[in-house]
Amino acid sequence: MSAEGHDHAHDHEHEHHHKETFITKYIFSIDHKMIAKQYLITGIIMGVIGIAMSLLFRMQLAWPEESFKIFNVLLGDKFAPDGVMANDIYLALVTIHGTIMVFFVLTAGLSGTFSNLLIPLQIGARDMASGFMNMISYWLFFLSAVIMLCSLFVEAGPASAGWTIYPPLSALPQAIPGSGTGMTLWLVSMAIFIASSLMGSLNYIVTVINLRTKGMSMTRLPLTIWTFFVTAIIGVISFPVLLSAALLLIFDRSFGTSFFLSDIYIAGEVLHYQGGSPVLFEHLFWFLGHPEVYIVILPAMGLVSEIMATNSRKPIFGYRAMIMSVLAIAFLSTIVWGHHMFISGMNPFLGSVFTFTTLLIAIPSAVKAFNWITTLWKGNLQLNPAMLFSIGMVSTFITGGLTGIILGDSTLDINVHDTYFVIAHFHLVMGISALYGMFAGIYHWFPKMYGRMLNKNLGYIHFWVTAVCAYGVFFPMHFIGLAGLPRRYYTNTNFPLFDDLQNVNVLITTFALVGGAFQLVFLYNFFASIFNGKKAVQNPWRSTTLEWTTPVEHIHGNWPGEIPEVHRWAYDYSNPEHEEDFVPQTVPMKPGESVLHH
Amino acid sequence: MTSLLVIIVLVLLAVALWQLTKIFDLTQVGSSSDSSQVANDKDNNIQGYLMFGFLAFLYIFTIYGLLAWGDMPLHTPASAHGGQVDNLMNITWVLIFIVQAITQVLLYYFAFKYKGKKDQKALYFADNNKLEALWSIIPAVVLAGLILYGLYAWTNIMFVDEDEDTIVVEVYAQQFKWTARIAGEDNVLGKANVRYIEGVNTLGVDLSDKNAEDDIVVSELHIPKGKKIHFKFRSQDVLHSAYFPHFRAQMNCVPGMVTEFAFTPIYTTSEYRELPYMVEKVAHINELRAKKSVELIAKGESGLDPYTFDYLLLCNKICGASHYNMQMKIVVDTPEDYKKWLADQTTLVAQVKASLEKPAEETPGEAKENDTVAAPEVAMK
Repeated sequence: MSAEGHDHAHDHEHEHHHKETFITKYIFSIDHKMIAKQYLITGIIMGVIGIAMSLLFRMQLAWPEESFKIFNVLLGDKFAPDGVMANDIYLALVTIHGTIMVFFVLTAGLSGTFSNLLIPLQIGARDMASGFMNMISYWLFFLSAVIMLCSLFVEAGPASAGWTIYPPLSALPQAIPGSGTGMTLWLVSMAIFIASSLMGSLNYIVTVINLRTKGMSMTRLPLTIWTFFVTAIIGVISFPVLLSAALLLIFDRSFGTSFFLSDIYIAGEVLHYQGGSPVLFEHLFWFLGHPEVYIVILPAMGLVSEIMATNSRKPIFGYRAMIMSVLAIAFLSTIVWGHHMFISGMNPFLGSVFTFTTLLIAIPSAVKAFNWITTLWKGNLQLNPAMLFSIGMVSTFITGGLTGIILGDSTLDINVHDTYFVIAHFHLVMGISALYGMFAGIYHWFPKMYGRMLNKNLGYIHFWVTAVCAYGVFFPMHFIGLAGLPRRYYTNTNFPLFDDLQNVNVLITTFALVGGAFQLVFLYNFFASIFNGKKAVQNPWRSTTLEWTTPVEHIHGNWPGEIPEVHRWAYDYSNPEHEEDFVPQTVPMKPGESVLHH
Repeated sequence: MTSLLVIIVLVLLAVALWQLTKIFDLTQVGSSSDSSQVANDKDNNIQGYLMFGFLAFLYIFTIYGLLAWGDMPLHTPASAHGGQVDNLMNITWVLIFIVQAITQVLLYYFAFKYKGKKDQKALYFADNNKLEALWSIIPAVVLAGLILYGLYAWTNIMFVDEDEDTIVVEVYAQQFKWTARIAGEDNVLGKANVRYIEGVNTLGVDLSDKNAEDDIVVSELHIPKGKKIHFKFRSQDVLHSAYFPHFRAQMNCVPGMVTEFAFTPIYTTSEYRELPYMVEKVAHINELRAKKSVELIAKGESGLDPYTFDYLLLCNKICGASHYNMQMKIVVDTPEDYKKWLADQTTLVAQVKASLEKPAEETPGEAKENDTVAAPEVAMK
């Protein structure tokens, strides 16, 4: 499945490329490398906002109802009179933090950046299948981010029903003020986001299938491409279902239908809704919601696999098993959504089925973890910041993943469902792990994006403080969750039963504040290095993959001459039949060289 | 002024970082001609040791956590099925700790042991079917065991036998309070729908239904020890979740639908208070509260009351601004005390009659109604 024909046409186009203006180069660019940077910067800005929100509500949890001037400055007199955070804005912060981190940072920021940057570069294509659609995809994402941020400023406050926006709470402004205009904007923003995500995903799928260079068979693809490809497929399958849920919710909210609502008495009156069910919404939401966590984590896994192999100077262990496990995870991810609903009132028999499918996911996940560890074994580890974040990712993925065995088991879920135990679990396994994957990717491919190097010492500081703080924040949460403390409580001072947990909350918040503050080191390193970083050489990490055969200075079309041909798999590191400890994919096989793979 | 100071501090911090990196860069000049920002042997060495140090941190932190906070998690289940849940939980924990201990050691130890050196070549080791089969099959077998035990327990807990001798109790959720309705002598709840809500009848019980005649509505639920309680849950407005942590029981309350859960309490409230772990926990909490009271009184506020343990029903599904304060006390009595308590309660039908007869006097029911109306104000705060 080579793409020679296409290359030819593209070469032709390339020669006659017209002059780019500032607007076509930096703003409405159709070059995948520029779009990747746009995704990354937007993702970073959203990340700063999302993390800052979490610090605010962590302060409220550690020192409930204390007055902080910063609350008043940031939240205003309405939501933080005298610097004391109000209970409804607490819920709004929790909701928007979740939405921003899951969708805008870890879906668009992570997948959008690296799929765009790496798919054409690593498969040997001049650009995405449709550069124009790619541009539209970014600008729809940008628009949805702007709308989401605008919703913070509406009078009654932004959406506050939790990032899962379960109706009726999200449908009725009488139930919570944020379910008025704030919720409308949330839904509009997400609908646009989904359109953006679908365009991106379709583009990735088509590009990977059609535009691989000569010799780049599916089984020679780097694992990054495999994960982006599979992620895009899951996205195409599941995001439309969320869109349908959002549309039906809009209908219920604005046009009086009863898809999700029934028999409601609120604020002294009976509403007209009849026959709908919130459980239906939960099914639709989690049909996306669960695959979504794999949409977040799979690209991180791909990045980590690639970075680990490169920096271990070793082939990734069990390349085929890694692909199989990604496919298995992707398949299973679409049939486990019910484990979020064990106690939703659905038939307990369904609970049994979902327990079974959910716990099966542990098998491919275990294969991945063991393969990563074996990749390190007897390696020649180059402990670059990207490598540290990759090792950190495997660590948090294991720690967080293991507690999934508890939450995925319906019997055990009864008592820990919706407690801080859940928060600890998913922040480690998908939040922190995906964030580490993203950081690893940024440290590794920064030279490819900006032609300059990030400062490694700042990278080391960034990693170690983050690593300690991440465990410092989420490890203690397991304990307060097992003590029965529900999540999304503005304060637990109304329950003397939980008084002994307060010290732990203070410790968690302290770690969170320190960890949050040290992200400034990263921000500084990132933005300062764009302009002042050390100039990068063409292949700084001595990597085998195709992106490092392109010139440091970006050109439209990626390669100045012909697109290189691929002769071997992506992981020929320390091949004993070669002098160098890496053999780029473009190097032809020596006569008589043994083919380990393909 | 403060904001100006903060800005100055931030700017200075940025400058300091800038200088620091310059210094780092300068120190590298002489060393190995390498300012490439790619890890060199020295970096590998330092980072390798830090990896090992981090492993130590993980272990110490885990042990510290277990020692310092190990008594926080819920202990001794107060329901008959709770033992099964906790047993499965403990088995799972043992497995998790074993896997966690082994994998983290391998991960960080390898990161330390195989830290890179110049002129060293890694082992070209790309595949081993036996190893991969091994770590697919072992998790599969272990999980099969967990799944089977889990499903056995789940089926036992969740499927309520209709013929069983139970007490039927409705738990009714609304923003931001719980109410309970006991089915009475016939042990059948009267029909209900929000469209019947009127005055004292805040649960919307169909008063014309024969089964509703002996229904009793209470705001503090008593249940007898040793008898299976069959809970039926309703909500009048948004999703709530009825969470009984000590009984290892939880079920969502869904508007327009009745959900169920059944459990048998095995300790009365006073028995549970006497459990050594609970005595210790309450003493600890009261110590903390006493300390806090001193602070509060010094500030001129009123102190905190000492705490005595009670079973609670909490809301565990985000339901609005005052979600964090939606609770109901549950008292587990001996069967005799329960009978006495039940005899003292008036039926809903009697309450409604009474409220119609003397509308001027404030009945408990009307007080409830006021609460409901006041709730949005609480929410606005």
